[in-house]
Amino acid sequence: MKIFVCLKQVPARDAALRLNAEANWVRETDLSFEINEPDVYALEEGLRLKEKHGGEVVVATLGPERATQALKEALAKGADRALHLSDPALQNLDAYATARALAAAVQQEKPDLALTGLQADDDGFGQTGVLMAEILDWPHSTIIMEIQAGEKTLKVKRELEGGYFQWIEVPLPAILTIQSGINKPRYATLKGILAAKNKPLQKLSLKDLGLPAEAVSPRQRISKVYVPQKSGRVEFLEGTAREVARSLVEKLRNEARVM
Amino acid sequence: MADRILVVAEDQEGRLARAAWEAVAAGQSIARAFGAAVVTAVAGANVASLANELAGAEISESLALTSPLLEDYTAEGFTAALAPVIERQRPRFVVFSHTYQTRDFAPRLAARFSKALIGDCLGYRREGDRAIFVRPVFQGKLLADTEPLGDPPCFVSFQAGTFREDSVRRSAQPAPVTAIAASLSSEAIRTHPGERFREAKQTVDLTQADIIVAVGRGIKSPENLELAKKLAEVLNAELGASRPICDSGWLPMDRQIGSSGQTVAPRLYVALGISGAIQHQVGMKGSRTIVAINKDNEAPIFEIATYGIVGDLFEVVPALIEEIKKAKTR
Ligand SMILES: Cc1cc2nc3c(=O)[nH]c(=O)nc-3n(C[C@H](O)[C@H](O)[C@H](O)COP(=O)(O)OP(=O)(O)OC[C@H]3O[C@@H](n4cnc5c(N)ncnc54)[C@H](O)[C@@H]3O)c2cc1C
Ligand SMILES: Nc1ncnc2c1ncn2[C@@H]1O[C@H](COP(=O)(O)O)[C@@H](O)[C@H]1O
Repeated sequence: MKIFVCLKQVPARDAALRLNAEANWVRETDLSFEINEPDVYALEEGLRLKEKHGGEVVVATLGPERATQALKEALAKGADRALHLSDPALQNLDAYATARALAAAVQQEKPDLALTGLQADDDGFGQTGVLMAEILDWPHSTIIMEIQAGEKTLKVKRELEGGYFQWIEVPLPAILTIQSGINKPRYATLKGILAAKNKPLQKLSLKDLGLPAEAVSPRQRISKVYVPQKSGRVEFLEGTAREVARSLVEKLRNEARVM
Repeated sequence: MADRILVVAEDQEGRLARAAWEAVAAGQSIARAFGAAVVTAVAGANVASLANELAGAEISESLALTSPLLEDYTAEGFTAALAPVIERQRPRFVVFSHTYQTRDFAPRLAARFSKALIGDCLGYRREGDRAIFVRPVFQGKLLADTEPLGDPPCFVSFQAGTFREDSVRRSAQPAPVTAIAASLSSEAIRTHPGERFREAKQTVDLTQADIIVAVGRGIKSPENLELAKKLAEVLNAELGASRPICDSGWLPMDRQIGSSGQTVAPRLYVALGISGAIQHQVGMKGSRTIVAINKDNEAPIFEIATYGIVGDLFEVVPALIEEIKKAKTR
């Protein structure tokens, strides 16, 4: 089974976010980056499917130069090849354009299965995989918590609201968006890190993808990014740890009457 | 001709639940702002009664898209049923509530029109004739004013609670209901969904808990859970967690609180190192008193907290345990 895994590099979760000069995104200098969390689970799922059924895992990212780090990490964990969609024409794309570009790479690779995370921590579009499925005219399923692979079809467990699930049969080729918690992701081993150095990492431009510039033109634009206005009526308790602990106990007793 | 707004109402187990009405409320609001007319659409095998119910709202038309192939929800079925309606109606906006079902098919529908969904919005405003939608980014730490470019339709979904079910305007005169037989072929639907089910019975029922101490990723490692357990003990509280804690196997899944876990409303909810992502908030914001301890003063959890402590939980929690013990002996 040939499996295509989309990985996005996003600002590390604990990173302090500052706005860029245009105040339309965050400032990237001084930020540290990591692989988007559900994508780590998607990669793990791809590696496990390959280990069970044979085949190949190809990872792909669309992003600036720094994003090669995400690909190297994936190669170190056991992916076979990596594609880096990098081109000045492929910077700061919206969801549709990103999906067009990634779908074009899928078309060239012709995998049996493509996996994405269910949502990126930064833009939070939560739809790139579904858009890709429509662009490719492949079936898809979202928020997947388990995959059972057969010859030509998959049985996948989809998470629903309120603690419900559902099994769905999906014929291949297909796209799935993976939910965090589906498996226990592995760490890269030293051996893996060394092996990754000899694995192919290919750069792809818009032209390599066979796409006209129009395909990735924006359908939406962010004019401004800002910190949400505080509307909460939170009462902040201040002081040393001991002082805040004391005043909290006091408030829980006398104001909230929960102790 | 006035602009049209198509509201896609979700059939949840044969009912119009809150999400459906919130979408109607969103559509009506945008319609007032832009001087447009609202058309609702509901899709399924037997949705005539739901379409009739929607017709009681102040809208211009209620569409019932029916086909035996829509009996079970599938993304491909719903996309195939709704796309021709959008082509015919040419709405300026297609409005959804941001439910799991919307996440599953609305992007596919939008992509059929070479677009994406402007998803999970928290509001919108009108500037001249432009619409600007406000979306959370970076897990709600920032907001982004987002403007659709190019020709309509613009596909947009709103987060639960952005528009209120009880703000839907009703009309004394029901709107016309139009039944449309969706022309679908079974080949167009390649996925085959099974029954909905729940996992084996949960062993803890947090919904009944009086006090909950919930831990998030700020707890750093499974060993540190001991600290939270100690606090829970002195408070006589149940232990809960954000999703990543359960994903990592540090606590069992049935301790998870949020949209994909339990919904709780205790008298006291203590959030330790939880950022307060929307998917967590929906599971606990009904709690009477919420205490949040977080080192980031901009963490979204402080938006809904009653008492906030900005600080390192590893310093604050031990002090808190001690003070509670003291208070008890007093
Ligand atoms: C479809 C879907 C369903 C989901 N369902 C759920 C769900 O049911 N429940 C749920 O919880 N999430 C759910 N999520 C995930 C959710 O979006 C968030 O990712 C998650 O809630 C974040 O968990 P967290 O707050 O523990 O971690 P983080 O967001 O990483 O926050 C950790 C917090 O700890 C603070 N911190 C760090 N160190 C310290 C310290 N020493 N002292 C004090 N504070 C500290 C940080 O400032 C930060 O605010 C879902 C997501 C999706 C997309
Ligand atoms: N630039 C990108 N490069 C690689 N994968 C991406 C990119 N953007 C989105 N994805 C994939 O699509 C998923 C959903 O992202 P989004 O739709 O942006 O929330 C992510 O978890 C990734 O798996």
